[in-house]
Order: sequence, then C-alpha cells, then structure tokens
Amino acid sequence: MEIRVDRERCAGSSLCLSYLPEVFDQSDDDGKVLLRTPVPGADMEEAVRGVAARCPTGAITLHARDAQDA
Amino acid sequence: MAKRLKTAAHTRRNGIEPLPELASISAQTPLVRVDAEGSFSGWHWLATGLDEVRAILSDDHRFSMIPPPTQMHGAAGRVEIGNLLRYDPPEHTRLRKMLVPEFTVRRIRRLEPFVTEIVTDCLDALELAGPPADLMPTFALPVPGLVGCALLGVPRDDAADLARHFISTSAAATDHRTDPRERERMRAAGNAFVTYIRRLVRQKRRDPGDDLLGMLIREHGADVTDEELTGIAATLLGSSIENVGGMLALAPLALLQHPDQLALFLDRPELIDQAVEELLRYVSSVPNSIPRYATTDVRVGDQVIRTGEVVMCSLLAVNRAQLPGVPQDTLDITRDSSGHIAFGHGIHHCLGASLSRLELRIALPALFRRFPGLRLTVPAEQLRYRTWTPNYGVDVLPVVW
Repeated sequence: MEIRVDRERCAGSSLCLSYLPEVFDQSDDDGKVLLRTPVPGADMEEAVRGVAARCPTGAITLHARDAQDA
Repeated sequence: MAKRLKTAAHTRRNGIEPLPELASISAQTPLVRVDAEGSFSGWHWLATGLDEVRAILSDDHRFSMIPPPTQMHGAAGRVEIGNLLRYDPPEHTRLRKMLVPEFTVRRIRRLEPFVTEIVTDCLDALELAGPPADLMPTFALPVPGLVGCALLGVPRDDAADLARHFISTSAAATDHRTDPRERERMRAAGNAFVTYIRRLVRQKRRDPGDDLLGMLIREHGADVTDEELTGIAATLLGSSIENVGGMLALAPLALLQHPDQLALFLDRPELIDQAVEELLRYVSSVPNSIPRYATTDVRVGDQVIRTGEVVMCSLLAVNRAQLPGVPQDTLDITRDSSGHIAFGHGIHHCLGASLSRLELRIALPALFRRFPGLRLTVPAEQLRYRTWTPNYGVDVLPVVW
C-alpha cells in the first residue's frame, strides 16, 4: 500500500499526525500534511486506513503498489 | 413537496443527553425535511446520518456557508468579515492559509507550560475563595479566555475586562429572542468587545509582537485588512471561550454523572488523550454545524437538495448514534472514539482543535485533582441549559468540594 497526500486539499487539522506520528508529519511553514512513511508496513495498514477515513478533507488516499498489493 | 418532520430533537436536549427521538430519526431518516421554528423559510433539511453528514460537510463547492438572498433575515444574512465560518473558497482558503501554521501541533504543544500556569492560577483563586463556587466565571470561561488573549497578544491587564465583555454577549439571563432589553445589552457588550479588538489590531500594526496577531501582520500584513484581522481575532477568541468554555463545564458534569468513569479518569492518567476524545464525542457541545446552503441541486443518498435550500447537520446525532465501533451510547473513556466529528468535518474543521484538546487535557484532570470532593449543589436536572445558542452549555455551574 502506498499513501498519497493532497496538500492542496489538506486543511491542517493535525488529526493524522496526532494518531500516527510515525507515518504523518506537519510542515512548520504551511501547517499542512507531510509524509514520513509513504509505504507503511503491513502491520500499519489498518491504522493508516482508519486515519485516511477520518481526514476531514479526504486529503489522504491509499493506493495499491503493484498487482500483488491490489 | 414531500412531507416534513415536526421535531426539535436536533435543537433540544435533556441535560447532556440527546432526546431519544434523535437516534430514531438518525436510524430511519438520515436526511429529512423538518419544520423549523423561527426559520425564515419555515423548514430546512436535517442530516443525522454519518454518510450524509460527511458528504455534505466535505462538499464545499456545492454547499456554501453564505446564505443566499432568499434566506437572508436578521444576522443570518450578514457577512461577518474575518469570521472563517462565513466564507467559501477561494476567500476562505486565503484567510485559513495564513492561520493554519499558527495552530500546528508543534506550535500548540509549546503552549503547554503556559496553559498549565493559567489553569493553576484559576484553581488557586477558586481554592482561596472557598466553596461554594460557580465554575463558569471562575474556571470554564477564564481558562480559554486567558489562553486566547495571550495567544492573540492581549495585554494581561486587559484580558479580564475583554473576556467579561465577550461573556456578556452570549451569557443571556433570558432567551434574547423574546427579550428586547437582553438583546440590547448583548449588542452593547458585543460592540465593546469588537471595538477593543479593532484598537488592538491598530496597535499591533504599529508594533507587531511575537503573538498571533503580530505574526499575521509581519508575515501577511499587506494581504490582510484591519477589518479582516479584527474579525479573525474576535472570532478566534470568541469561539475559543464559547467552545472550550462549554466543554470545561459539560465535561466535568458528564464525569460527575458517571462516578465510575470519573474514578477511572483519576486512576488511569495514561487514558487522558482518549478520555478527552470520548468526552468531546459524548458531550458534543456544538450539537449542529453552521447551516449550509446548496449552490446547485445536489443528490445526497436518495434525496435531492435544491439550489438555495438550507441544511443543518447534527454532529450530536452522528456522535451519539452513528459512529462505527461505538455500539452503546454510554460514556466510556476506555473506548476509541477518535472517529467523532465534534470539531466538524471538511475544510471548516475547527482551526483550534489542537489547542482545545490541550486545554481539556490539562484543565480537566487538574480540576478533579485539586478538588477530589467536587460535586454539584443542585441536581443536574435543575441546571439551566442553553438551548438557544449554537453552543450548548449552562450559564451557572454551582459546586462545592
């Protein structure tokens, strides 16, 4: 699974990094999301899905990396 | 026109509890037309389903914050300069972009010692005065008031007066809709509040400090007008006092009404973060989102909302009846309630959410540790709850310890 973030869409709610600071970060310059770990390990996937679903602006999307992943 | 539901379940509550009717509306008709007392058009849409509420609040293109001329009446038709909840993109984006960097988790975390100091000062004063006390003017309102003032750069000497002006703009002794004298008094207090902030903005233009207003002026001074800065500062401070103030009253009340949860809250300090989330969900001190106005015909589920029609979203219904993983609507600080939408959803998600969480995380345990015997002096049913303001709360919270 690969995470993508839409920084245009991000409203800087900080929700993602509050729950998963090892995966998400926040820029000090514009307050928007930054990715620490674009391809999280399998053990993180469920947590990442939860965070993506909670993002207030839907700025976090998840994508299959290859055929195996899909 | 399809039938309308006659209900006040989204605007009335039974203490902290929603009316039982709200959960059944939520389960049966997650998006429904309701008769609305006092509304210009006589009815509006009410969304109570998780999917419907999320769809509406995240669709900022087709649902506007600005009432169309057909819906204008009284204050609802006025565009309030600088109030982010009265803007749509791209103007909303322009203003919010300037503010977001000031509210990052890292920036807010730096305020922790300072929030602790304010909470300690308020509790010291309460303890010195001794019981009985009203927690509203001594704790619930001054904590966010003083934090907000310091954040903006209001001199400490002025903070108490300014907070008092603001509090009297909303702390109506009676329902202001039916009492013209009360309305006049609130209007005067509102003017005094905004006049002070306007003067503060002019002073910060001349001498910008390290505070939020100073930073906005240094970094974006050419792109933002004094009126916008005044509106931004007034809205930030005002909503901070109302929203955090509401939580600092109703969260202690909820814990006092659930002694088992209060015991857990005190015994297991490591639960604090999830306890705060659960209290935000359970209390839902802002029960409804700001109304949205359809800018075009929009299909939501099997309904069509027509251009210009008004939609209210019940955050309370979603938080209390619709969250996956929250099977029973009870207060349970050990549960993961992080899917709640107490801070809203979409691009208008509460700018001050991290600051609010910080204040609650510090102030709530401090209150109960300082006064372990804290209790109400009247039964909770006898408290006067405010049902006519967007923020649910109480005017007076009488306690002893």
